Amino acid sequence: MKPEYKIISDLIEKDAKVLDVGCDDGTLMEFLKTNKNANIRGIEISKKKVQICIAKGLTVIEGNAEFDLKQFPNDSFEYVVLGQTLQAFINPEIVIKELLRVGNKAIVTIPNFGHWKVRLNLLFKGTMPITNSLPHDWYNTPNIHMCTIKDFVRFSKIINFKIFKSLALINENVSDINNSNLIFKNLFGELGIFLIEK
Amino acid sequence: MNIKQNIKTLIVEKPLKLDCGQTISNFPLAYETYGSLNNEKDNAILVFHALTGDQFVTGINPVTKKDGWWSYAVGSGKSINTDKYFVICANVIGGCMGSFGPSHENPKTKKIYGTDFPVITINDMVNAQINLLDFFGIKKLFSVVGGSMGGMQVLQFISNYPDKAKTAIPIACTSSHSAQNIAFNELGRQAIAADHNWSDGDYNSKNIVPDKGLAVARMAAHITYLSKKGLQEKFGRKLQERDDLKFGFDADFQIESYLRYQGSVFVDRFDANSYLYITRAMDYFDLVKQFNGNLSDAFKNTKAKFFIISFTSDWLYPTQENKDIVIALNAVGANVGFVEIESDKGHDSFLLNVPDFLKALKNFLDKSYAEKH
Repeated sequence: MKPEYKIISDLIEKDAKVLDVGCDDGTLMEFLKTNKNANIRGIEISKKKVQICIAKGLTVIEGNAEFDLKQFPNDSFEYVVLGQTLQAFINPEIVIKELLRVGNKAIVTIPNFGHWKVRLNLLFKGTMPITNSLPHDWYNTPNIHMCTIKDFVRFSKIINFKIFKSLALINENVSDINNSNLIFKNLFGELGIFLIEK
Repeated sequence: MNIKQNIKTLIVEKPLKLDCGQTISNFPLAYETYGSLNNEKDNAILVFHALTGDQFVTGINPVTKKDGWWSYAVGSGKSINTDKYFVICANVIGGCMGSFGPSHENPKTKKIYGTDFPVITINDMVNAQINLLDFFGIKKLFSVVGGSMGGMQVLQFISNYPDKAKTAIPIACTSSHSAQNIAFNELGRQAIAADHNWSDGDYNSKNIVPDKGLAVARMAAHITYLSKKGLQEKFGRKLQERDDLKFGFDADFQIESYLRYQGSVFVDRFDANSYLYITRAMDYFDLVKQFNGNLSDAFKNTKAKFFIISFTSDWLYPTQENKDIVIALNAVGANVGFVEIESDKGHDSFLLNVPDFLKALKNFLDKSYAEKH
């Protein structure tokens, strides 16, 4: 299980109605079902992974978050979770707006492109960075819109959504991000976890 | 005719008002069951058959002596596991395997109904079959399942009886028959009507059958159940038991021979007038219109858990039409899962050995059944 799942779960209230966008093999869905008694649904683009979710008894719709969130009415869910996939969308702005239309709150996690290893990789090797959390080559990566923790904070001001809580994951430890430590967290955080609202 | 001895029949005494305005009562509803109903009576699955199906879902069909139409999916240890679930399937009214249909005698005229039989709808079919629940003493079905026209019945069933099924699985279907669907059905009907033997539906009294017309109807329909790729892979331009073209109009190609065979075996088991009535019922199916343009309203009162399945190569009831049902269900916050299964076998995929489909069906049913136990 990914270390951030526990952190995501802690951000969610008990019995909440939750949509996991890009729910993968349903590990987080199962975790939230067990720990938070969440009424949970998922969207997943991979047929193989949808099958895995069905085998786990999870309610999952095969679909693409960029096109298939449209079908949900406003405020269908209390929380919408988007784990490490914002960077893979053609239009992240539309996706964020859709998340916040469909859900009262959204939890978005992003692999931090501002991490020192990424920076050193590019600085010294002069090639596109390949790290544990970003294992692809530039030509086959699904990640077409990489951003840093700092970029995401700026993004909130540009497209106008509220960051209710922001956390950084460093060596499996979680810590708050605030204005005074942003530069530091942006350098050392492997993952940014944001609870956002309209 | 000892065929009828193998057919279980419920005589529905309660009057049923049909959509066409007529009321029928004391009519036969032929059914078959597989597995056994448990003490709690909560393991029953009502399977709805498609256009040319019947109540003999699995095992050897006692009338045709061939495998049941859903033998891949239903049976001991299969997706719809008859060791675990009690499976019920009824022949639709309008059909020709024992249920009230156009080949029955009109008690008033003492003649076979033929085209005097009332036009029936998917709604009528479902309202006839609800009587099976009382008959078996079942308060709530564990599931309603069906593909193609069977899927339309699933949708209509949940809309009519929102609290009578715990889960619902409409497969490769639509909420509203498209112009293309209607067009293909009309082609079939016109093929039957063009057969001189059809005699405006009165062929029974003359002891003849419009077998040529019905066979052409089946051949045309059969093409719509397959995909271009599937046909190409299976038949290509392969020749039928010959090395060269014969410069004539016999079946040179395997695909021709295959279609002719499909047509010829079909006429032995199916009634031409039933074909007209059932295709009409499908054409009239428009659940969207029934709810004044808002399909979601059809499902707003149900707590049933839905699982919708479509197939990549199904161009008769394409994924988008199945997805429209998912969208309508999501709009009312219903519990709905959806998967599109990769298959080259076209619309017929749901009847065939498509492992991903059979696996998904099994997992959904077994996991949903485990939830309440």
